[in-house]
Amino acid sequence: MAESPFKADIERVKREYSEKMTPGAVARIPGSSVVNKTGSWRVFMPEFNRDKCVRCYLCYIYCPEPAIYLDEENYPVFDYDYCKGCGICANECPTDAIVMVRETK
Amino acid sequence: MEIPESVKKRLTLPAEEHFYAGHTACQGCGASLGLRYVLKAYGKKTIVAIPACCSTIIAGAWPYNTLDANLFHTAFATTGAVISGIEAALKALGYKVKGEDGVMVVGWAGDGGTADIGLQALSGFLERGHDAVYIMYDNEAYMNTGIQRSGSTPYGAWTTNTPGGKRHFLEKRHKKKVIDIVIAHEIPYAATASDAYPEDFLRKLRKAQKIPGPSFIQLFAPCPTGWRSPTDKSIEIARLAVQTAYFPLFEYENGKYRINMPSPKKEPKPIEEFLKLQGRFKYMTKEDVETLQQWVNHEWEKLKKLAEVFG
Amino acid sequence: MPIRTVMKANEAAAWAAKLAKPKVIAAFPITPSTLIPEKISEFVANGELDAEFIKVESEHSAISACVGASAAGVRTFTATASQGLALMHEVLFIAAGMRLPIVIAVGNRSLSAPINIWNDWQDSISQRDTGWMQFYAENNQEALDLILIAFKVAEDERVLLPAMIGFDAFILTHTVEPVEIPDQEVVDEFLGEYEPNHAYLDPARPITQGTLAFPAHYMEARYTVWEANENAKKVIDEVFAEFEKRFGRKYQKIEEYRTDDAEIVFVTMGSLAGTVKEYVDHLRKKGIKAGAAKLTVYRPFPTEEVRELAKKAKVIALLEKNVTFSVGGALFQDFSRALVNQEEKPILVDFIIGLGGRDVTFKNLDEVLEISKKALSGEEFDEVNWIGLRKEIL
Repeated sequence: MAESPFKADIERVKREYSEKMTPGAVARIPGSSVVNKTGSWRVFMPEFNRDKCVRCYLCYIYCPEPAIYLDEENYPVFDYDYCKGCGICANECPTDAIVMVRETK
Repeated sequence: MEIPESVKKRLTLPAEEHFYAGHTACQGCGASLGLRYVLKAYGKKTIVAIPACCSTIIAGAWPYNTLDANLFHTAFATTGAVISGIEAALKALGYKVKGEDGVMVVGWAGDGGTADIGLQALSGFLERGHDAVYIMYDNEAYMNTGIQRSGSTPYGAWTTNTPGGKRHFLEKRHKKKVIDIVIAHEIPYAATASDAYPEDFLRKLRKAQKIPGPSFIQLFAPCPTGWRSPTDKSIEIARLAVQTAYFPLFEYENGKYRINMPSPKKEPKPIEEFLKLQGRFKYMTKEDVETLQQWVNHEWEKLKKLAEVFG
Repeated sequence: MPIRTVMKANEAAAWAAKLAKPKVIAAFPITPSTLIPEKISEFVANGELDAEFIKVESEHSAISACVGASAAGVRTFTATASQGLALMHEVLFIAAGMRLPIVIAVGNRSLSAPINIWNDWQDSISQRDTGWMQFYAENNQEALDLILIAFKVAEDERVLLPAMIGFDAFILTHTVEPVEIPDQEVVDEFLGEYEPNHAYLDPARPITQGTLAFPAHYMEARYTVWEANENAKKVIDEVFAEFEKRFGRKYQKIEEYRTDDAEIVFVTMGSLAGTVKEYVDHLRKKGIKAGAAKLTVYRPFPTEEVRELAKKAKVIALLEKNVTFSVGGALFQDFSRALVNQEEKPILVDFIIGLGGRDVTFKNLDEVLEISKKALSGEEFDEVNWIGLRKEIL
């Protein structure tokens, strides 16, 4: 399983994070939202069936988070740290390789 | 962000993300998806100016920030003026602005911030010919304040200030044609685009980048929260908006119109297809639907004519 | 060599802008300030000023374009007045909150309704809570000098606040006076380049400006604007001193005139100070112990200087061309605040005067004197007095 492309960014943001007020409240850490794990919002989660996937990448293309990246074999990986469970990926998937199931935890 | 070469090759869009996860948009938000596409097209050398709108929240509260690019938050009415100022300053500092390797100055404003309160500043920006791209992400109401109608809200839509009721108080005006107002400024490039057609949107973004002067793109960006639609239907609805010719995709380039979608040769789908997935239209009567259909037909015929005569 | 010439305050302001070499100017015409951008566009057209001049479609957009340009890291300038400044209002807060050292020349003019194009200070006084520094010029030379001074203070790392320079509509904006135009090289040395460390949209190093701040952070952000205003007090003194050294003209936050043994001190701002000083001379000849003082700096409010001044007077008469309805003038409020907890303090009497271009005459000032004398002798007096009202038409 490939790593989230945001992994290095999370470490960078954690390293540089500061609440210290700057003149003009200028925020200086690009992409620092990556430390917010919006996956906790989820009610339904996408369940992925690799066998059905034709690697069309519509799920990746249409993800508004983005919470889908690709593994070494170019299959989509769902980043549950960020996936809010909107279900666009499942709705757009042409082969029903993604289904939304109720969050279990 | 590191993206393997093998991944880059397979995708029809740039693989790099400059719009980061962890943002606070609602589930299924078309605005956040649109901004993700914009940054995919323009990359890190972009300065995005955002007025007070949903994207203010989406882009992160202090000290967080969703973009891996420069971001400038400004007052509701000021997007057109602020990007004018930024562009002028960058030029004075000797930067190349716009063009393929230039710094991209992008105004990213909603329909309220564009069609209504920001219209004057937009007009000034267009008229003065600044090298910047203005993108109106159109979710057809003031969503950030809690779903109030804007000039861009369509006929028959429920919003919190067109709430229906016994006197049938739904939105009674047709959608303001901001793109036509923009084209009246005779700028070099204006286009409509949709979240459902990202390749088309990115192509238009790149064209907007290459062509000197001001460019304008009106992006159809669904809002499940405000449209009372299921979060997973955002793309489907956006696609239907195009297929019904409710929101046709077209370009206006140096005086010439070109329709991209739907095909002018075929009959578009009936407007009901677009309406039925959205709770905001559920109060419409049969007559209301007919009224909206008539408007869609009329506007579609007009556009086809323009493409025919000035194609 | 500095050039001695004659010009209107509007021209002096345009010259100051030219000398300061802003990279972006965005302006919209409004009486009585229109001549400033007109003159600047001439400078740009002639190649005498290398700047981007944005001909915006409103004052709201003028200040917004300046905010965008300043945020991108360049020196910016604009000019306006009256309704134009009022239209800028919401963006003025943004400029200060973002700590963008924009400078505005304001041809101080009344606000509608009724429509009136003549002088009072209601326009800039109404912006006193925006976080902007405010300077008021007594004459055309001061208009020029204070714009240069304002840039220097505004861009100081310890300050980083926008500033407006007020000069009275028509009385100064359209009146020709002798003005000395300083040497460009000396101005260059004085001002230097604007190279911000806090706010600049460098494509190579992304930042976010103007971000949303939740209750956990908003107050701290606003407090930095408070601190910057406090810091500005010291910086203004330093810059005044440096200006005097380089250009030979002395400025003080409060300029006193014959106050040493004064019982009644007339306090005012802008061109009215000239009239008042002459009136003081006139009273002195008659043996009346009167003095005058002029606020050159209104924001940050010179509290310490006001307290020093207060020690010298038994009655302070505040002559002001602005009003807060049901309260009185802004100076009255600010002087009251500065003195309220002082053990010994003079009596403050407020005079609303010269609104909408009404001339202020010695006869008006006699009226001021009479009421001030009442206060001095312990008689009953009104705290807030409208002077020169035509009671016959009321």
